[in-house]
Amino acid sequence: MKKQVYIYRSFERFWHWTQSFLIFFLAATGFEIHGSFQFFGYQNAVKYHNIAAYSFIILIAFAIFWHFSTGEWRQYLPTLSNIRAQINFYLIGIFKNSPHPTKKTVLSKLNPLQRLVYLGLKILVIPVMVISGLLYMFYRYPQKGTIQALNVESLELIALAHTLGAFFLIAFIIAHLYLITTGETITSNIKAMITGYEDLESHDEQKEIEPTEVKIEKEI
Amino acid sequence: MKKIVTVLVLIGFVITLAVIFLKPVEIEQSDVNLLKAKYTKEKKSTVDHSKFAVLQKTFSKPQQVTEACIGCHTERHKEVMASNHWNWEREEYVEGRGIIYVGKKNAINNFCIGVDGNEQSCAKCHVGFGMTDQLTAFTDQTNIDCLVCHDQTETYTKASEKGGAPDMTIDFNKIAQNVGTPKRSNCGVCHFFGGGGNNVKHGDLEKSMFEPLKEVDVHMGIDGVNMNCVSCHTSENHMMLGRVYSLSSMNRNRSTCEQCHGNNPHEDGILNEHTIKVACQSCHIPIYAKVNATKTYWDWSTAGKLKNGEPYEEDDADGNHTYLSIKGTFEWGKNLKPEYIWFNGTADHYLLGDLVNDTSNPLKINNLKGSYNDKESKIIPVKIHRARQPFDPINKMLIQPKLFSDKYGEGALWKDFDWSRASEVGMKDVNLPYSGRYTFINTEMTWPINHMVSTKEKTVDCIECHTRNESRLAGLDDFYMPSRDYSPIVETTGKLIILLTLLGVLLHFVVRIYASRKLNGRRK
Repeated sequence: MKKQVYIYRSFERFWHWTQSFLIFFLAATGFEIHGSFQFFGYQNAVKYHNIAAYSFIILIAFAIFWHFSTGEWRQYLPTLSNIRAQINFYLIGIFKNSPHPTKKTVLSKLNPLQRLVYLGLKILVIPVMVISGLLYMFYRYPQKGTIQALNVESLELIALAHTLGAFFLIAFIIAHLYLITTGETITSNIKAMITGYEDLESHDEQKEIEPTEVKIEKEI
Repeated sequence: MKKIVTVLVLIGFVITLAVIFLKPVEIEQSDVNLLKAKYTKEKKSTVDHSKFAVLQKTFSKPQQVTEACIGCHTERHKEVMASNHWNWEREEYVEGRGIIYVGKKNAINNFCIGVDGNEQSCAKCHVGFGMTDQLTAFTDQTNIDCLVCHDQTETYTKASEKGGAPDMTIDFNKIAQNVGTPKRSNCGVCHFFGGGGNNVKHGDLEKSMFEPLKEVDVHMGIDGVNMNCVSCHTSENHMMLGRVYSLSSMNRNRSTCEQCHGNNPHEDGILNEHTIKVACQSCHIPIYAKVNATKTYWDWSTAGKLKNGEPYEEDDADGNHTYLSIKGTFEWGKNLKPEYIWFNGTADHYLLGDLVNDTSNPLKINNLKGSYNDKESKIIPVKIHRARQPFDPINKMLIQPKLFSDKYGEGALWKDFDWSRASEVGMKDVNLPYSGRYTFINTEMTWPINHMVSTKEKTVDCIECHTRNESRLAGLDDFYMPSRDYSPIVETTGKLIILLTLLGVLLHFVVRIYASRKLNGRRK
C-alpha cells in the first residue's frame, strides 16, 4: 500500500533549491571568467561570482549545522549492501519495469549509489571548490615585509583545480537531472523535492519512525 | 523541535545574508576631488622680476643674462651644474657593470644614434650654451641657460646648430624680466621633439600636449585640471622627479601616479589588488600617439639614395617623412595600443664600445628588466621603436657615425652620403676601432608610456586582457591569467567527462523509451 509521506522538510528543500540555483549561477559566471563565453561582462561576472560564492559558503555553513542538528548526516553514510542490485537496476531492471531494489524511507532516502555520489560531492568536490575558490579570492602575491606563509607564487594550480571541479559539477548536474526521471514515476522525485511529500511504499519501517524520532529528541 | 530548528536556521540564514550584502553606503569626498582642488589653485609669484635694475640693462651675450641671474640666485648655478639636464650623464649602478656613468655622452639610441660628433646640432636641447668648446661647455657657470626653462613669454628660442646658443634676435630684457616656474612650453620644446621631429621618440609626449583636451590627457587637459609638467615632475634644488629609461638605469627619483593617488585608488577591491602587479598606466593609457603619429620603425640602411645627385624626402598623407636621404626609411603609427612588459625600475643600456656577439635576435638598446616572479616588477605599457642601424661585423660594435657637419668633405653622412667614411670618422671621434666594414642589424628601443592618461570611462576593459583572443597581455606568458590561460589537459578531461555523461544519459534514455514501448506493446 502507498502512503503520502513528508520526506523533505522545508529547510532541506530551501537548501536544495538555493544550492541548485547558486551552482547554475556560479557555473554561468565562472565559465565566463574562464573565458568560455561572454554574457554578463567580465567585471560583472567576477563580481556576481564572488557574491554567489559567499552566499554558497553561508548556505553550506547552515546546511552543515542542519545536517548535524537533525542527524540527517547519517543519510550519507556509505553502504556496500545492495549496491550491486542498484547498479543492476539502472543497467537492466529499469528497462524491464522492475521495482526499485532500495526502498525509499524517511530514514533512508538515498539508495547506495546516491549515498556514494552525494558523499563524494560533500567531502571531495564541494570542499575542493570552496577551498580553491577561497584561495582564488584571497591569494596574495609575494610582497615585501608581509607574512611569507600566506603567499601564493602562482594562481595556476588553484585555477586548474577550480576549473576541473567545475567540469565535474556540470557532469554531475547532467546525470542528476536525468536521474530525477527514474523515480517511481517520471515526476515523482521532482514533485517530492518541491512539495516535500512523496507516495512511498508503506511498510513496517515507516511506522517505527515516530518512536525513534522521539527517542533522538529526548537524547538531545 | 525539529521544526523550530529548521525555522531558526532559515531565519539565521536570511539575516546573515542581509548583514553581509546590505552594507551602509558611505558618502565621502573622494581623493580625486581633493586632488583636483589642490591642482587648480593658482599660485601667485612673490617677485616681480621687471623691477630689478640688473635685468633692465642691455645684454649683448646670453652669458650676461646668466651672470645677472647668479647675481641674486647665488647658489642656484651649483644645483643646475649637478643636474642631469646639464651633465647629460649620471652615476648609476648597473648589475653586471658596477657603478658607471650613463647619459647622452656614452649611450646610443636607435633614432639619430648618438650625440658624439654631432654636439653642435644636439646642443639645441642642452640647458647651456657653448657646446662649440668641449672644454668649457660643461664647466663654465655662465654657460647655464636659465631662460630656456624659466622664460614665461614663450618667445625664447635656441638657434639651430649653434652649440646651444639662443637665436640672437630675441628680446633678452623682456624675457629676463618675465621668468617663473617652467611651463609646458619650456619642457615641451625639447621633450616633445626628441629624435629630430614632433613625437619621433616618446609617442606620449608631443606638441598636442602643449594644449591638450581632457580626452588626450586627463591631467593636462585645458578643459580639465590643466596641470603642468612640473605639477608631477616636482623638483628640489633643480633635481627633477621622473626618469625615462632610454637613459636611466636605477629605480630612484621616479615620478609615479601613486605619489598623488596612493596605492589603493579604486573603490573595487579586485581592481586595487591589480596594482600589486600592474602599473596604473597599463589600464589608464589605452592608446598613445592620440593626436599625431609617432615613429615606430627606422631603417638606416636605405639612407643615401639621391635624385639627380641631390638628397630628397618622401612624406605620407599626414605629412610625416617616410623617406629621407639623410636618415633612411620610416614607419609611423597613430592611436597605437602599447606593448606590455614586466618592469622593476632598473635597466641596462648598450653603451659605446659594447660587443654584440649574437645578432640573430634584435639587439635591445635599452633592456628594461623585470619578470612575473620579481617582487618589484609591474606590467607597464611601452612603445617599442624598432630599427636597422649601422654595425661593424668584424669588431662586433654598433657604429656611431659622424652625421652632422656644416662642411662637405669632413665625412658627415648628411653632407657626403658615404657610410664607410662617416663610420670611420664617427668611431674615431669616440676613440673606438672601425674595421672598414659596415652592415645593418635590427635593434629595439623600449619607451615606457606614462602620459596621455585617458579619462576613466576610456580605461582598458577587463576583457581586453582577460581573453583568449588577442589579449593585450598575450606577450607576457610567464604567469597564469584567468580567461587568457587554461590547461589543455584540464580542458580536454573536463569536456570529455561532460560528453561521456551526456552520451551515457542519452543512450540510457533511448533504451528506456524503446524498452517501455516494447513492454506496453506486449501488454496490449
